[in-house]
Amino acid sequence: MTVYTLKIDGRDVAGSEGQSIMDVAEENGIDIPGLCHLPGIHDRGACRLCVVKIGGSPRLAAACVTRIAEGMDVVAHDEELSEYRRAATEMMFLERNHVCAVCVANNHCELQDMSAEVGLTHFELPPISPALDVDLSHKLFGLDHNRCILCLRCVRVCDEIEGAHVWDVMHRGLETRIQADMGVPWGDSTTCTSCGKCVQVCPTGALFEKGRPVASGTRDERPFLPWLRVHQEERGL
Amino acid sequence: MSEQPAAARPVRRRAAVAAPTGETRASAYVCEAASCMSAQAHDITVKLAEQCAAAGLTDVNVKRVGCLGLCAAGPLVEIPETGELFAQVRPDDLGALVKALKHVKPGAQPKPQGPFFEKQLRVATENMGRVDPESLDDYIGRGGYDALQHVLAEMTSTEVREQISQSGLRGRGGAGYPTALKWTTVAKAEGKQKYVICNADEGDPGAFMDRSVLESDPFRILEGMAIAAFAVHASEGYIYCRAEYPLAVARLRTAIRLAQRAGFLGANIADTSFSFDIQIRLGAGAFVCGEETALIQSVEGKRGTPRPRPPYPAVEGLFGCPTLINNVETFANVPAILRKGAGWYASIGFGKSKGTKVFALAGRIVNTGIVEVPMGTTLREIIFDIGGGIIDGRPFKAVQTGGPSGGCIPAEFLDSPVSYETLIELGSFMGSGGMIVMDDTSCMVDVARYFQDFCRDESCGKCVPCRVGTTQLWMLLDRICRGQADMIDLANLERLAKVVQKMSLCGLGQGAPNPIFSTLRYFRDEYLAHIVDKRCPAGVCEIAQPTEVPA
Repeated sequence: MTVYTLKIDGRDVAGSEGQSIMDVAEENGIDIPGLCHLPGIHDRGACRLCVVKIGGSPRLAAACVTRIAEGMDVVAHDEELSEYRRAATEMMFLERNHVCAVCVANNHCELQDMSAEVGLTHFELPPISPALDVDLSHKLFGLDHNRCILCLRCVRVCDEIEGAHVWDVMHRGLETRIQADMGVPWGDSTTCTSCGKCVQVCPTGALFEKGRPVASGTRDERPFLPWLRVHQEERGL
Repeated sequence: MSEQPAAARPVRRRAAVAAPTGETRASAYVCEAASCMSAQAHDITVKLAEQCAAAGLTDVNVKRVGCLGLCAAGPLVEIPETGELFAQVRPDDLGALVKALKHVKPGAQPKPQGPFFEKQLRVATENMGRVDPESLDDYIGRGGYDALQHVLAEMTSTEVREQISQSGLRGRGGAGYPTALKWTTVAKAEGKQKYVICNADEGDPGAFMDRSVLESDPFRILEGMAIAAFAVHASEGYIYCRAEYPLAVARLRTAIRLAQRAGFLGANIADTSFSFDIQIRLGAGAFVCGEETALIQSVEGKRGTPRPRPPYPAVEGLFGCPTLINNVETFANVPAILRKGAGWYASIGFGKSKGTKVFALAGRIVNTGIVEVPMGTTLREIIFDIGGGIIDGRPFKAVQTGGPSGGCIPAEFLDSPVSYETLIELGSFMGSGGMIVMDDTSCMVDVARYFQDFCRDESCGKCVPCRVGTTQLWMLLDRICRGQADMIDLANLERLAKVVQKMSLCGLGQGAPNPIFSTLRYFRDEYLAHIVDKRCPAGVCEIAQPTEVPA
């Protein structure tokens, strides 16, 4: 395997062929922000928070999907990039409804953390915030489209890890929604195994476990995949 | 994806061709491209043939042809022997036409047809309005397939690429990437299976060049693609055509079938070891599928969303294989270059932009239609000499080129030559060739809002800056148009436009702010009039006047 050396923010680092800039940065303790990125599932370069400058090129590249090359000179942090990241984070807040105080993910929300990380203190623009549906048809979980930032971690984890491919995307532009099966209520899905992986990877409060108080404050206190047992018991497995 | 348009397949009709039994003395070329077809052009063909037969004109050839170019005056019928062009012909009033056909003398010389035709130079569209688009014989009669046969018999793939390189041909889809460089990348990329794709997903508002070429001369695209496939060692090709072009699709299907039957497509083309076949894929109405990586996803049967590049399709494209994607017009230039020589093609043009460019003239212009001019022709020549100027003689205000990623060019730059470089210098973009002409009845803020609305609607929703940013930009422009904005909104507009341009994943989002940048550059006073004076200089925007508050 070929090993490349490159610079990230002036630091000399090394990585192997095929690795992304994001991977190499993570290995070396350099934090590049990202919301659609999640180790273990494939990257799609869609949230654009991880954009970096490469070798003085005017074009920005998403660190999660750009493979490293020998001698690359990556700038991952500067004033201009911070401004862009702040603007993109602001867009995610304004697109739908992200009122933290009444959100099930309050204090354990990656979007909330991101706003702190990029220094987003107020909004310059008016919110778009359409009133969207909340799907509570599933026995254990709920889907609140108003909190979804379309990172599609749920789509990918369901497809690539669980292998069920319950989730996919419908419509386009601002109308884009995640959908179960071919657009049925989640509870009517014939493919969902109720494994709960999508709920675990959701960065915001779009996918949530029913019956948990808004102020629970954390999501990491339960054992690994507890719902699978519930599901199996229900079906007499 | 939006819903499939209700584009009914056109009723298959046999061309009513009154072919003369002996020598042809006179011909009538009836334009049967989409624009004239929508005005009963096919009825004209049928009735004209009947009436010629009734009048005993056995030496008259009534033929359907592709686009005659002057779409504004359709339906059109041309008598090529005299050069007479009959405009706005009605199927129930063909007397003058029959009379004119009666009086055509053998050996007549075509008369000049005015600046619309004479200032043009037709290369990619040389057969447009000359051949029956569903007749292979007609195409071959005009030199069709000479280039392919010559290439297969006497050239190596390297020599073909060398010719394209010398011709200086650049991608006609808009970006102007050197065609030969792309071909060489695909040819040298590793992989046994390679593909050639023709991008016919023309979607810019006001652009209809590709449609005209496909409807008028479909064999040319097949020949261009076959030559490209030979040059890059591909064996399979796809034409990705939007479903809103049912006539183009029908003619392509016919052309593919006829070419397969004649051995110009399929296994062992022209009795050589070279094999290449083409399939059609229909686009379901998503503008973003004109972006090459989204197009590839769509051909693969997936949701048509772009993916970050690199890797470029030339290295990792359709089904992960090296893939050549060129625009319709690029392929249409290829047979002419190989038939007439790279030197000939390179001698036409301006600076680094060689050859000709097809433009679709639309908007407030007299001669709406398809034109092809050498690169370097000035905007003034295109709009005023060829285009006939502005409707009702109103003052020219701006011309919009490059579609939703392009910009508006004001009157002071009318004498700029058209080339990839000059248009970018002017803050616009060559684009696929749509030219929308505007007069003083257009409000430039409203124009920017229109294009932003288009981008907002067509954003695929994958990346945040485009999905949310285009809507935010549209909301700001809407506020300005309504007279509700202040200077902070203008500052936000400029800031946000920069973010959308820099952060977006694909060309749609990166280009979406261009109409805003160019209108701000040339028409900032109009923005200020809306914001400060609360009035629309062109009188387009409805601005609610503030009611006076009694002191």
